[in-house]
Amino acid sequence: MYIVIVGGGRVGYYLARGLLNEGHEIVILEKNARFCDIINEEMGSVCVQGDGCEAAMLAEVGTGRADMLVAVTGDDEDNLVACQLAKHKFNVPRTIARIRNPQNETIFKKLGIDVTVSATNIILEAIEKEVPTHPLTHLLTRSDKGLEIVEVRIPPDAKTIGQPVKKIPLPEGTKLALVIPMNRKPVIPNPNTIIREGDQIVALTSLELEEDLRAKLTGL
Amino acid sequence: MKIVIMGCGRVGAQLAGLLEQDGHEITVLDIDAYSFRRLPPDFKGTALLGNGMDEEVLKRAGIEEADVFVAMTQGDNRNVMAAQIAKHIFNVPRVLSRIYDPLRQEMYETLGLECFSPTTIFAEMVKEKIES
Repeated sequence: MYIVIVGGGRVGYYLARGLLNEGHEIVILEKNARFCDIINEEMGSVCVQGDGCEAAMLAEVGTGRADMLVAVTGDDEDNLVACQLAKHKFNVPRTIARIRNPQNETIFKKLGIDVTVSATNIILEAIEKEVPTHPLTHLLTRSDKGLEIVEVRIPPDAKTIGQPVKKIPLPEGTKLALVIPMNRKPVIPNPNTIIREGDQIVALTSLELEEDLRAKLTGL
Repeated sequence: MKIVIMGCGRVGAQLAGLLEQDGHEITVLDIDAYSFRRLPPDFKGTALLGNGMDEEVLKRAGIEEADVFVAMTQGDNRNVMAAQIAKHIFNVPRVLSRIYDPLRQEMYETLGLECFSPTTIFAEMVKEKIES
């Protein structure tokens, strides 16, 4: 694939290295001449100095034949404009934007950016997973579809311990996918599966129902 | 009309003054409090410190009741992003933005954003002066 990367900072740099190793053809657009020099010295001539938000610059690097454009500068507005130019002026099939302010996800999606990656959210989710007392962990979120996969831990004081799954009034629109007990093998739950202390329960839910689901599963 | 202006530079400040004289209700946004010095001394509208690309700030500026939103900062990208938030999230009836880069202006025009390029307008004006 031919991939245009806008922004040659740390994210752009490591992304480029990864994509090159996978055998893709890439070009990086970076405003700062010093960053360009460093990249070109290490990876060969893959970085062009210029503003990826300028149509002329994007045309120069052949964005018209690109399969994908990834905008990873540190400024949300620059990433938005680069992706919009790619989409509407060069008909690039797939655009990916890095966003810093998680709030911007909505507007980016509304404006047709295919994928947004919010470092802030990813860091939060990673930390959530490492906090052992956290009752609910987000494993995967498809915010465009309003769906998510979460993991609920059954704490020692849960009211549901010892009860079978069929006794738990799960909210409509949620589904238990997997029960991971502390010392045994994971099982796909059936109506008679018993909830035990320390179980990690993987479930499908919508964004609105996650809190209700946690409450019903733990009885707390 | 209720008008929100993002960017209190020379143009933004002067525009705020002119519109207020005509009896409109003005809110000016800027990320630098020092730029509010450019507002006319008798300015009675609201000068609000904050980033116009932030939905919370826009709400505080009264974007939900605004009739017009004008993006007037130095940054083309900032202007188009804020303008698109105003248009597509807050459904402001009329949204205008300044885009210096004529190519970008052309594209956003085709995407349905009302925008103007001072570069093009000024170049044409000077050309006319020379040739007349």
